Amino acid sequence: MVKRAVVNRRKCAYCGACVAVCNLFATELIETFLEINENCNGCGICVEVCPMGALSIMEV
Amino acid sequence: MFDVVVVGAGPAGSMAAKTCAERGLNVLLIEKRQEIGTPVRCAEGISKQSLGKFLKVDKKWIAAEVFGAKIYAPDGTEVVMAEEMAGNEVGFVLERKIFDRHLARLAAKAGAEIIVKTAFVSFERVGDKLRLKMNKMGERWEVETKILIGADGVESRVGRIAGIIKTLKKSEIESCAQYLISDIKIDESYTYFYLGKNLAPGGYAWIFPKENNCANVGIGVLPSMAKATAKEYLDKFIEKIGVKGKIVELVCGAVPVYGEITTAVTDNIMLAGDAAYHSDPITGGGIANALSAGYHAGVVAYEAVEKDNFSSSFLMKYDELWKTDFGWKLGRNKKIQEFLLKLDDDMLNNLAKSISGINIREMSVQAIITELVKRNPSLIEILRNF
Ligand SMILES: Cc1cc2nc3c(=O)[nH]c(=O)nc-3n(C[C@H](O)[C@H](O)[C@H](O)COP(=O)(O)OP(=O)(O)OC[C@H]3O[C@@H](n4cnc5c(N)ncnc54)[C@H](O)[C@@H]3O)c2cc1C
Repeated sequence: MVKRAVVNRRKCAYCGACVAVCNLFATELIETFLEINENCNGCGICVEVCPMGALSIMEV
Repeated sequence: MFDVVVVGAGPAGSMAAKTCAERGLNVLLIEKRQEIGTPVRCAEGISKQSLGKFLKVDKKWIAAEVFGAKIYAPDGTEVVMAEEMAGNEVGFVLERKIFDRHLARLAAKAGAEIIVKTAFVSFERVGDKLRLKMNKMGERWEVETKILIGADGVESRVGRIAGIIKTLKKSEIESCAQYLISDIKIDESYTYFYLGKNLAPGGYAWIFPKENNCANVGIGVLPSMAKATAKEYLDKFIEKIGVKGKIVELVCGAVPVYGEITTAVTDNIMLAGDAAYHSDPITGGGIANALSAGYHAGVVAYEAVEKDNFSSSFLMKYDELWKTDFGWKLGRNKKIQEFLLKLDDDMLNNLAKSISGINIREMSVQAIITELVKRNPSLIEILRNF
């Protein structure tokens, strides 16, 4: 089990705030689709900057 | 082989591409979205002066003209800013969906190639040039270029991969949410700003008119200080001041509030606009600086190609240009922002009261600070110690 950011796509407003603060390049915004890759270490900074509260950290 | 590849067709990128192409360079502008200008991530306000520097104002992309600004302290104390000449517009609220496309078309008209749905992925150095790896409509694609201009906005992949900038911390970025509200009743000749630690921690809320009873109503908060999401703060703000109307659009976004970076260049690469954290640390405004930075980067790219010199020491000419143009203001305003962040609501109310009723004749942060210092001489010492 590892900690990872997970996105609720129905909340995500695809603004890229989470991309800007991720120094592992774990978040990538492709048009309206936010992708979170295996670089993610679950640090949670993206959760804090998301204007919509669309991200959370979960054990996966 | 391109002379210049520009990444990102926002104001910075289109202005850079236009400037290079006008001077005869072989320019490619890539944009990762399939539609330039949408979705919008902006409140669309810009001063008349900064827009006029680069563009002939065209009603097609102007949503509204504004004649002043009203700022509200937490207790409702009002500070009014308007220019000397009553009835003279001082700013515009743009229609960025149209504005950004217009700028890209100007770049195209000047001779730049443009490709949409094409994202910059990474680069490698080949001799004194660069090979760029991109994803073009789902396929891998590579091109070579002498110069790369990263105008890829707050996501700033180019700058971070090149090691020019560090990733933003949560105290260096505003998290924003905004509604376009229709059937709203406001005096449309002003823009409105609302301050308060509880209302918008580390940021502010705004109402920017877009005519015909429409307005951008939004908020920015600093995640290091906020206790909820920007959207939650926005909903609370709307309830508190009793904005009535119908929400016809949701906009989210982030703005760097970093201050002045040491350098925006490395060998072969320059950054412009939000990618170089060029937005203002107090207002979050970044369109004007993005246009200026794009222009300066374009000029230096042209000179570099002329001289066949793409080294960072040559490109540093660009640093000089943007820093003397507006960079110094970013540094100063970062210090003022840090001071403002320390004020509690009572202190904000008192400062606002000290200048309430005075008509501030110029629409700028500088003008407010000057008035504040005049009436609160102790501020000079405080600001000096920053
Ligand atoms: C809610 C909000 C309100 C704002 N209000 C105002 C305001 O009222 N006035 C003001 O002056 N400023 C405002 N700003 C700031 C302003 O929007 C930005 O400063 C401005 O858009 C910066 O322009 P730019 O060209 O640097 O970047 P952007 O306009 O962000 O353009 C960057 C472009 O690069 C593209 N891109 C990103 N990555 C890649 C890649 N890997 N490959 C290819 N393309 C890529 C993006 O899709 C985008 O089109 C606001 C910002 C927000 C979030």
